[in-house]
Amino acid sequence: MILVVVEQSDGTVDRASLTALAFGRHLAGMLGAQVSAVAFGPSAEAALAALGPAGVVRGWAIQTPSLDGYAPAAWARGTGQLSTSVGARIILGPGTQRGNEVMAHVAAQLGLPMAANCLEVRSADPFVVMRQRWGGSVLEEARLDASVRCLTVAENAPVAELAPVAPSGEPSAAGGEPSAAGAEPSPAGAEPVLVGRFVPALSHGDLRSRVMRTVPRASAGIPLAGARVVVGGGRGVGSAAAFGPLEELAALLGGAVGVSRVVTSAGWRPHTEQVGQTGTRIAPEVYLACGISGAIQHIVGCAGARTIIAINTDPEAPILSRASYAVIGDLHAVVPAVSAEIRRVRGGG
Amino acid sequence: MNVLVCVKRVPQTGGSVVLTDDGQDIDTRYAAFTVSPHEECAVEEAVRLVEAGGGTSTVLTLGPDMAVEQLRDAMAAGIERAILLETDGREWDPVATAAAIVSALAAERAAGIEYDLLLFGNEAADTGDYQVPVRVATALDLPCVTGVKALRIEGDIAEARVEAGDGWDVFEVPLPAVVSVREGINLPRYPSVPGRLRAKKREIIRYPADPGPAGPTGPAKVRLHLPREQQRSVEILGRGPEAAPAVVALLLRLGVLS
Repeated sequence: MILVVVEQSDGTVDRASLTALAFGRHLAGMLGAQVSAVAFGPSAEAALAALGPAGVVRGWAIQTPSLDGYAPAAWARGTGQLSTSVGARIILGPGTQRGNEVMAHVAAQLGLPMAANCLEVRSADPFVVMRQRWGGSVLEEARLDASVRCLTVAENAPVAELAPVAPSGEPSAAGGEPSAAGAEPSPAGAEPVLVGRFVPALSHGDLRSRVMRTVPRASAGIPLAGARVVVGGGRGVGSAAAFGPLEELAALLGGAVGVSRVVTSAGWRPHTEQVGQTGTRIAPEVYLACGISGAIQHIVGCAGARTIIAINTDPEAPILSRASYAVIGDLHAVVPAVSAEIRRVRGGG
Repeated sequence: MNVLVCVKRVPQTGGSVVLTDDGQDIDTRYAAFTVSPHEECAVEEAVRLVEAGGGTSTVLTLGPDMAVEQLRDAMAAGIERAILLETDGREWDPVATAAAIVSALAAERAAGIEYDLLLFGNEAADTGDYQVPVRVATALDLPCVTGVKALRIEGDIAEARVEAGDGWDVFEVPLPAVVSVREGINLPRYPSVPGRLRAKKREIIRYPADPGPAGPTGPAKVRLHLPREQQRSVEILGRGPEAAPAVVALLLRLGVLS
């Protein structure tokens, strides 16, 4: 059995967890196993009950009052105890901050290795995964030798491209578990999920680290992660004061300003605007990369952009090999010219 | 309070990565080395906490003798003591790495030094395993918060904030505790020249790197690969500000301008 830890809020399972479930379903097809899921909190049962179309056969809700808020070591304790009691051989989590944290606790508590941010399982015996290093700019083929395999699934794992699993019949017979997991998705005809409750035995130590309260975070303007257009500035901008024209262009396009790490390290712009491996990952329709050379740490942050337009004085800059379009020139001249042209096209002053 | 901060020596990568012929490593023949941005911030946080509250700050790394360079960088930024758990340079998996840190902490305790706070980066820049801080906390039975972007110490309690959606998750854990931080928690200072000179002369404490008792470990690297690049040829829209109309025409075509 494959046990998937899912994150949910108000009964809706989040995107990264759906990716983990799709990964789990594919793996279940490979192994002839079933997919089960575990969720936490007051709306866990509702969230699990809706996972039939995702191939989930059984769901376990852990909703004791002490676990209503997020408590990583306690969520892990519950997951580990559940996995032992149901005989799970593989435990999957989403490749989010929380998913990686909970799975690290599961593995540490059970004395098992763990592979973070996996993209695929290459073979079942030996158990070999392909996982992300360097934020995804290098891949590692790695063996995971353990009685129970703990892994997280990269948020951008290409689950839609995974080879279709064999139709139920042949591989599932080998595993001995009659399974709905290998079948084609059929939302209308999906089997209902058998949802039960699981009550873990928690110690005081499991509950020391937990969310005591949630407070709002001050934010200004359009959030970078969800912006349709991002105007990015790098070392080439040259100073904090020189960001004015980039802000102006971003405002004209209804977008947000993003920056490279050089810019935040120099103190020109706040870290909340940093695009990259240790900043924010963006997925806009258009990313205008101005004066950004294109270090790999920056590229993994903007790889989700549909179209990259680079503005750079250096035609050999690495960003040009990632961009679809480029203007060779000084951003200090090009950016204001683009803003002026937008105003002209709109017929305004 | 006594603060330990753990860092890892990694190559400084630029616009591209090249692998060695055997696919076991990144080719670092021409590379400079550094630590992850998260760890630079962990070092800065340790220096600030000790500046504000007294005690000692110590930096620890597991790595080859050359990793002394990263220890001295941390000392130049204001860390007082440095510990090297020397290896032959081969990669250690996260299970063995955590065991070596736990073993070094036992050696520190024997030398009379107990830590109130163990700081880490959220994940190593290179391997991205996301688990060494949690494994150390589990082995020592300490509370752990990861991904922290704001940290405040109030008596025996650490208040740690983690970004969650459009809010903050607020944790309050008793010390001693393990905390991993993310870049953005602070803006690390540039080391001063006197700081660098002082750091050069400081003693490096060395303990044997102890991988702990034999047991399930891993993941075991088979080899590295580079992701398949989409073959993309860039279309040059023009040179200088004269390219502006072509850029705007493109933005209209892409539907982001109305």
